[in-house]
Amino acid sequence: MELCDQSVSQLAQMLRKGEVSARQITESVLKRIDEKEQLIHAYITVTRERALEQADLADRRFARGKRVPLLNGIPIAVKDNLCTKGIPTTCGSRILENYIPPYDATAVKRVLNSGAVLIGKTNMDEFAMGSSTETSAFGPTRNPIDPRRVPGGSSGGSAAAVQAGETVLAIGSDTGGSIRQPAAYCGVVGIKPTYGRVSRYGLVSYASSLDQVGAIGRSVEDCALLLNAICGHDRLDSTSADIRKPDFRRFLKKDIKGIRIGLPKEYFIEGLDQGIKNQVYQAVALLEHNGARTVEISLPHTRYAVSAYYLIATAEASSNLARYDGVKYGLRSDQEHADTVYMYEMTRSKGFGLEVKRRIMLGSYVLSAGYYDAYYLKAQKVRALIKEDFDRAFESVDCIITPVSPCPPFELGEKVQEPLQMYLVDIYTVSLNLSGLPGMSVGCGTVDGLPVGLQIIGRPFDEETVLRVGHAYEEISRNAQPGI
Amino acid sequence: MHSREYEPVICFETHVELKTKSKLFCNCAVTHKARPNTQICPVCTGQPGALPVLNKKAVEYAVRAGLALNCAINTRSRFARKNYFYPDLPKGYQISQYELPFCEDGYLEITGDDGRPYTVGIKRIHLEEDAGKLVHSASSFEESEYSLVDYNRSSVPLLEIVTDHERNPLRSVREAKAYLEKLRQVLKYIDISDCVIERGQFRCDVNVSVRPKGSSHFGNRAEIKNMASFKFITDALQYEIQRQVELIESGKEVPQETRLFDETKKITLPMRTKEDAPDYRYFPDPDLVEVELEPGFIESIEKTMPELPDQRVRRVIDAYGISKSDALILTKDRNVINFFETCASTCSNPKKLCNWIIKDLFKLLNDASLTIESSPVAAEDFSRLVNLISRGEITEHMARAILEEMFVTGEGPEAVIERKGLKPIKDAERLEEILGEVVSDNPDIVSQIKAGDTKPLNYLMGQVMKRTGGRADPRTVRKLLAEKIKS
Repeated sequence: MELCDQSVSQLAQMLRKGEVSARQITESVLKRIDEKEQLIHAYITVTRERALEQADLADRRFARGKRVPLLNGIPIAVKDNLCTKGIPTTCGSRILENYIPPYDATAVKRVLNSGAVLIGKTNMDEFAMGSSTETSAFGPTRNPIDPRRVPGGSSGGSAAAVQAGETVLAIGSDTGGSIRQPAAYCGVVGIKPTYGRVSRYGLVSYASSLDQVGAIGRSVEDCALLLNAICGHDRLDSTSADIRKPDFRRFLKKDIKGIRIGLPKEYFIEGLDQGIKNQVYQAVALLEHNGARTVEISLPHTRYAVSAYYLIATAEASSNLARYDGVKYGLRSDQEHADTVYMYEMTRSKGFGLEVKRRIMLGSYVLSAGYYDAYYLKAQKVRALIKEDFDRAFESVDCIITPVSPCPPFELGEKVQEPLQMYLVDIYTVSLNLSGLPGMSVGCGTVDGLPVGLQIIGRPFDEETVLRVGHAYEEISRNAQPGI
Repeated sequence: MHSREYEPVICFETHVELKTKSKLFCNCAVTHKARPNTQICPVCTGQPGALPVLNKKAVEYAVRAGLALNCAINTRSRFARKNYFYPDLPKGYQISQYELPFCEDGYLEITGDDGRPYTVGIKRIHLEEDAGKLVHSASSFEESEYSLVDYNRSSVPLLEIVTDHERNPLRSVREAKAYLEKLRQVLKYIDISDCVIERGQFRCDVNVSVRPKGSSHFGNRAEIKNMASFKFITDALQYEIQRQVELIESGKEVPQETRLFDETKKITLPMRTKEDAPDYRYFPDPDLVEVELEPGFIESIEKTMPELPDQRVRRVIDAYGISKSDALILTKDRNVINFFETCASTCSNPKKLCNWIIKDLFKLLNDASLTIESSPVAAEDFSRLVNLISRGEITEHMARAILEEMFVTGEGPEAVIERKGLKPIKDAERLEEILGEVVSDNPDIVSQIKAGDTKPLNYLMGQVMKRTGGRADPRTVRKLLAEKIKS
């Protein structure tokens, strides 16, 4: 096994024993990038020189010996919608193609402070609007497991890079499933923490009330270690929660005897791929066999979730994306402009892709005088009902298990022309963003060689249970594999 | 109908720049002196990913204004985005308030046109951020080859104070002016803004409609923007009211529209009609949580509220026995009444003190274009000067000369007296000598007085004062002169 395919804890151990240097690990990742990147296109920017410098710095930190953070020397990729000081941050959009932020996002600052080595900025759907990484202005990312297929999205670059060994860890963002679905499609682990758990400062906003920064790794433990670095209150984000930050690795290995798992009946209905359904049921059976109890629950407002999500997300997006006007930074149309309004129109016409324009228009409509009550306000009411559904369910269960996606990774181009089909891919993930809950995708086998993701949903700020069940499942399924 | 039979309904939206140290949503300094784009950060320039964090001091100031203007304070308040495109607006929206502003339903007492107190309805007070400033290459946006943006002002806290059009609205240009002056006075008293109009710290938009006197219906209103002084506001209102009355009189309808004031022509011109009014697509800002005022927060501000102008007028009349009209003059500016009260604490004659401030000190300050805060004469020195007059140690005439000198050099009165040799001549022998000269130089006048005509006595007094350089005490001189002539 190459260094770039190792787990974080394995690498951390090797580094501490002096068996390997941070530079060697980074070189291994860069070599893999050289081999695979042309096909996969997981990155928009690879910060090769900077990465090697950081790796050397990490090695010097080990040499000095004092308490070195666990992520010291571990390669990490960052989705290109998190600001990195001095490094282009494009959001997968032409309009920010030449934008270099003057500051680091809080999550980025925290991983850098813990010694992680930034490998580069990963590809994504433009402004995180999409479920396949095909709306990126810089070309799509391919799924390392089957390059004819999409890696999911919008954090498709991050998930693909982790799967391909083009990084060890990756930071993503999740507004409607953008960490969990690509993690599922690429057969890696991705967790969206509770809204407010990770600071959004420096995360380029798509839909502020839904966006959350999270972790992608090759195991639950790797994700827990990354969460340890990026979580915690930040006074630069008013929506950041000022609550206790646990050590997410601490209870990872605690057994799951007696844990009550809810299975929402509304999630296992028509439209769900039969193979995926079977995989999820098998996973649940394994957990039951190891002491978990399952309860059928009802989340009655589930069927309104996608509608409510697209009303709220587009409304917020229409306002969040107004700042890209060609005045201060980023693209400005180089045509002759008769007036400022024309300059705005030309800049935004050239700078935004089709899906982004579609959502800006939808969102502007949703907020317009005379429509606000019927759309935005009603969607907010639905949002409250969906949250109540979960609150009620969590009175009798400790976590909820569902599929991540109703279908396996699809082929490039398959759904691009049908936005509604594409939106329905998010059907099992958006409810968590609407209610702010933590959710994780853990691989649960394959269907026809394509990975399937199991979604584990927890109570607000109870990522620990989510991680514990996920870790237990990883262990059980690994041991059970010969039997399957 | 004649124009006298119409009444205007006037509503103000006043934007007041708060004197917080930092901006409303970031730590950048609020200052008017800095070079362009030096007081900026990712937040106030709308960088991708930057987020606003509310300045608590601004909330405190908003509550202070609400209490001073007798408003109900909402313990739960919310910020909203007002969406529109303009190059000085870095995020493409302004963070303002829509539903749940900090303060609602207040009033401000002014003197109405009938001379009686009138409580002008205040509809709401909310916080919002200012935009940046455009600097054009030519005198106007349209003629400019290019324009530059200075974001130093971006996100500076503004308080918007909106008067009510239904509950006790302003009914005349005079009342409008009285409202603005009183509002500015109150805001300066509670020390939340410097309200310097020239610096744009006190800006107004005004809505005006006219209706037949006594009518309870409202006419179509015009909103007038772009007025840079109180004078322009009254000019604009006068013109606009007249224009609307004429339209109605000639059987035409007043269109609901936004108009701009032309400062040179002193007229209002159409800017946009109701149909063109922008849809700001207000919605709650998801980057900011609702503001819950903690229990005790409002009480703690209430406890530290400074005295308001009306209260202070009543108190200084009681405490110092000065007239109401004098009290109104002194309290107009908080710094003046503070100066007065500082002096009064060591002054034996508050009435004389008041006169000397209003007549003499004001004149010197005016001539030098200074405000009382920058007065070269310290309160303690001024107070001692008035005491010297009250005790008859110097004459009013001398005091005026001493004050002028104090104003130039910043010295105390004693130092000026010493340096200029202005010690009063109390020495009876020396006076006796001068009196003797004056009496013997004017025998005709002396005999006239002896014959019972006392009027020319003043002439002799003048002669004495002239020869003593004004340093003799007039009462003593008069007494001695009378004795001398009798003898």
